Amino acid sequence: MSALSYPDHITATYYLVLAAALFTIGAVGLLIRKNTLVMFMCIELMLNAANLTFVSFANALNDISGQVIVFFTLVVAAAEVAVGLAIIIAIFRRRQSVNADDVDLLKG
Amino acid sequence: MDAVIFFASAALVLVGALGVVVGRNPVHSALFLLVTLVSVAVLYLQQHAALVAAIQIVVYASAIVVLFLFVITLLGVDKFEPLDDAHPLQRVAAIVLGVLAFVGIIVLVHGNRWVTGAHSTRGALGATDSGNVKTLATSLFTDFVWAFEITAVLLVIAVVGSVVLARRSGHRPEVGLPEAGSPERERTST
Repeated sequence: MSALSYPDHITATYYLVLAAALFTIGAVGLLIRKNTLVMFMCIELMLNAANLTFVSFANALNDISGQVIVFFTLVVAAAEVAVGLAIIIAIFRRRQSVNADDVDLLKG
Repeated sequence: MDAVIFFASAALVLVGALGVVVGRNPVHSALFLLVTLVSVAVLYLQQHAALVAAIQIVVYASAIVVLFLFVITLLGVDKFEPLDDAHPLQRVAAIVLGVLAFVGIIVLVHGNRWVTGAHSTRGALGATDSGNVKTLATSLFTDFVWAFEITAVLLVIAVVGSVVLARRSGHRPEVGLPEAGSPERERTST
């Protein structure tokens, strides 16, 4: 733990801890927010934490494939946002609301 | 200098992420998301991932945040959310579980056992000073070429699916122009 108190050199551990914190904030936000748009933004936070982890490992292990995989994550994220926002628009047309609590027909 | 850049960017990342979660207005959340995305791009730059940082700015910070803002303004949901919660226990449980998950990950990090394994199984990072666009492109179009082709299929499916989903249900597009003198024609001409 001496590295944490003496940050003259930023190792991969710093980035990984930051990515863990970012992922945790995104996950907690996804659970506590009701607005589906903000829930989507929290998913973006979690995806960014994963991307940051990939880039950190690519740098630490000197391996290019970590950065290539970030590309594919970005593509999937873009597709996910497009489809998800279309779903939100469709729900809003039907229910005049983007509150996740209003869409509970499957709750039983 | 590395430490200064890292801690400034990390603080901005966390402030932006917390702003997304606690912001009562979706527009504020989107702008805080922008702060986080740009700070993450700075962290990419610091780790010799120049092209990834540029794409982070172009795709995430520009396209996706603008898409979010468009949808927020289109739906007119930029109202402040009420603070009262139907499930008050859920918020406490979520925060407790989040802290537990974070502590679990930190316990894993302790001892620095994460960064292990074989180095450069798919090729080195390449020139880090002048950027590694060439190295990255070579890997993308040789080792990962099939995955790259499949992303094209995924994007086509996503575009078609979002168009179908966002289309007004029951609405059929008119074939040809409406007749002259009909109210629709006059509305479109004026």
